[in-house]
Amino acid sequence: MTDITSEDSRKALCNPTTEAVRNSLSRRNRKQVLLQSFGIAAILFAMGMLFILLGSIISSGYHAFTQTHIQLEVYVDPEEIPADGLPRGGFNDVLAAAMAVHFPGIDLADRVAKRELTSILSNGAQFILRDKVVSDPSLIGQTISLSVPASDPYDQLNKGLVERDTPEQFRRIDDAAIARFDRLKELGMVSAPLNTALITNADSRFPELAGLKGALVGSFWALLVCFLISFPLGIGAAIYLEEFAPKNRYSDLIEININNLAAVPSVVFGLLALAVFIGWFGLPRSAPFVGGLTLALMTMPTIIIATRAALKAVPPSIREAALGVGASKHQVVFGHVLPLAMPGILTGTIIGLAQALGETAPLLLIGMNAFITSAATSPFDSATALPTQIFIWADSPERGFVSRTSAAILVLLMFLVTMNAVAIFLRSKFERKW
Amino acid sequence: MFDTPHSAIDERLSDTKIAAKKVQVFYGDTHAIKDVDINIQPRSVTAFIGPSGCGKSTFLRCLNRMNDTIDICRVEGEITIDGEDIYDPKVDPVQLRAKVGMVFQKPNPFPKSIYDNIAYGPRIHGLAKNKAELDEIVSSSLQKAGLWNEAKDRLDEPGTGLSGGQQQRLCIARAIAVNPEVILMDEPCSALDPIATAKVEELIDELRTNYTIVIVTHSMQQAARVSQRTAFFHLGILVEEGLTQDIFTNPQDKRTQDYITGRFG
Ligand SMILES: Nc1ncnc2c1ncn2[C@@H]1O[C@H](COP(=O)(O)OP(=O)(O)O)[C@@H](O)[C@H]1O
Ligand SMILES: [Mg+2]
Repeated sequence: MTDITSEDSRKALCNPTTEAVRNSLSRRNRKQVLLQSFGIAAILFAMGMLFILLGSIISSGYHAFTQTHIQLEVYVDPEEIPADGLPRGGFNDVLAAAMAVHFPGIDLADRVAKRELTSILSNGAQFILRDKVVSDPSLIGQTISLSVPASDPYDQLNKGLVERDTPEQFRRIDDAAIARFDRLKELGMVSAPLNTALITNADSRFPELAGLKGALVGSFWALLVCFLISFPLGIGAAIYLEEFAPKNRYSDLIEININNLAAVPSVVFGLLALAVFIGWFGLPRSAPFVGGLTLALMTMPTIIIATRAALKAVPPSIREAALGVGASKHQVVFGHVLPLAMPGILTGTIIGLAQALGETAPLLLIGMNAFITSAATSPFDSATALPTQIFIWADSPERGFVSRTSAAILVLLMFLVTMNAVAIFLRSKFERKW
Repeated sequence: MFDTPHSAIDERLSDTKIAAKKVQVFYGDTHAIKDVDINIQPRSVTAFIGPSGCGKSTFLRCLNRMNDTIDICRVEGEITIDGEDIYDPKVDPVQLRAKVGMVFQKPNPFPKSIYDNIAYGPRIHGLAKNKAELDEIVSSSLQKAGLWNEAKDRLDEPGTGLSGGQQQRLCIARAIAVNPEVILMDEPCSALDPIATAKVEELIDELRTNYTIVIVTHSMQQAARVSQRTAFFHLGILVEEGLTQDIFTNPQDKRTQDYITGRFG
């Protein structure tokens, strides 16, 4: 009896399928483990790269978020600065005098010594003083307290980016200069406040004065123009193609072309814009308006594709419901389908605009990498944009631009992350379960 | 089971609301409806039954030209409502659909408030001169659809928040709101539970006094409960049509007999 049962169970186990499965099982499991570890390795690699990238940008960029300032008690000498007709050199002399108070050994009549002394201050310090006096002439004859940026080499020194151990001849500032700066520090005249100039100033040849205002304004105008053109046109094209166009060879051809357009390298759009907008239409170079037009060409396919996907995702039951009570085609589209597709359309649009914000090559071709020291007041003024400003700074030899380039990248990244977060928020907030 | 007196139905036999003659429907090369002739009577419920895929929905959608929205669909033959050819080029499908309402298989309220769901049709057709009139249409439609008591305190809440059965009655109210003469229903209860189904069936029975109702159903019990006449479709052919009690008790065709006795379908 027992013999038979054990015989039976043995037979069951020796079933050919069971046998085959058992033989292949370890091999299959091994494969699965291999595949999984490969996937994990790929993710770790990508994360590692991201960390290195962000780490290097932040570690060099954070220096630019503060700026070394020198606190001065300035006597606005009426001899140097008469109330009528403001002289060019006078402000510099007044600042030099304010500095010389702390260095009794220095004779201001010695032009080299004077230049060495004032080189601690930014070249822009005299203009800061002038602006103050111009806006309030009653300051003439008074002693005022003024905080002015230090020039780039001393800013670097204060941030510890200049190695004091380096032999003197390999440094941009010599031992005497370091000693003068250290004396100011001892006197408590050196501070390192938040570098608001990074946002409130336009570009400058002097790193300590250079800011992103021009680039931010330029990017704003360009994106506004891009949005105003690509959003209505893109949605219009998508609605026509998705809802009204007959499905035939021509609409297929158009669809293929739009998809291909989305894949065209951006530099090609720049060349096109240069030839058409600037060459034929005679629009101004370096203008955010032209930049916006160019970016609109690139953003439109993205918006068309996103809009069509969003329209397709609206369930046919809603269309049928509206048609069933006698809505006409355009009432169905504009009264029901489009509003329901809007979150998807907006998500696609924001992602398209975020791409446009980071786009560099086409803007370089239309001259938005010019050196412009004031923010544009209209989309037709010359301007830079965030990515082209980064490009300009990255190309500048002054040490101070190294950290400013990274800081500008961080600002750009912050905008991109914010825009994408808004897109994700919209998508999750309005996501519908049908 | 058949609560309409026989004589009352006979009386109405003479008049015809919808008449179809030699109707053919093609989806591309597929011949989905073949040579269908049928007369549908006013103020009564006509049920279309038959195995799935036999063309019930297709034929129903011909009656309000819903098939126009399908590119590959082609309809031939003649369909008249009140003697007027609905496929005449002069007829605008929008106008036709205001007269021939439709209720779908899956409840499909708009993702708007209950009020707006019902007010939508009257609004686009300009049926109300002012807010008071619109309010009146909304409340009377809800009353006719038997949803007033459940919905009157939540008119501003989304229609999609109602239960399945309530949603379907909302869809019926939405169809009623544009004051149609004919209401087409394509398996209106197939997504509902038995209690909700019973309510909708009760409603259909009430609506019959004012509307011509055509209902597609896969449930023979339902056809027997709500309809006065039944049409049996098979493979795109209208096999048999007649008084519901005759179709169920004394079918003339072998295929009808096989279907209602459950031999296929
Ligand atoms: N949109 C469509 N495109 C192509 N063929 C369709 C379409 N709708 C229905 N059909 C075909 O028409 C026939 C009838 O379908 P239908 O009317 O939906 O049947 P029923 O409602 O009786 O189940 C089926 O063979 C189906 O495959
Ligand atoms: Mg069907």
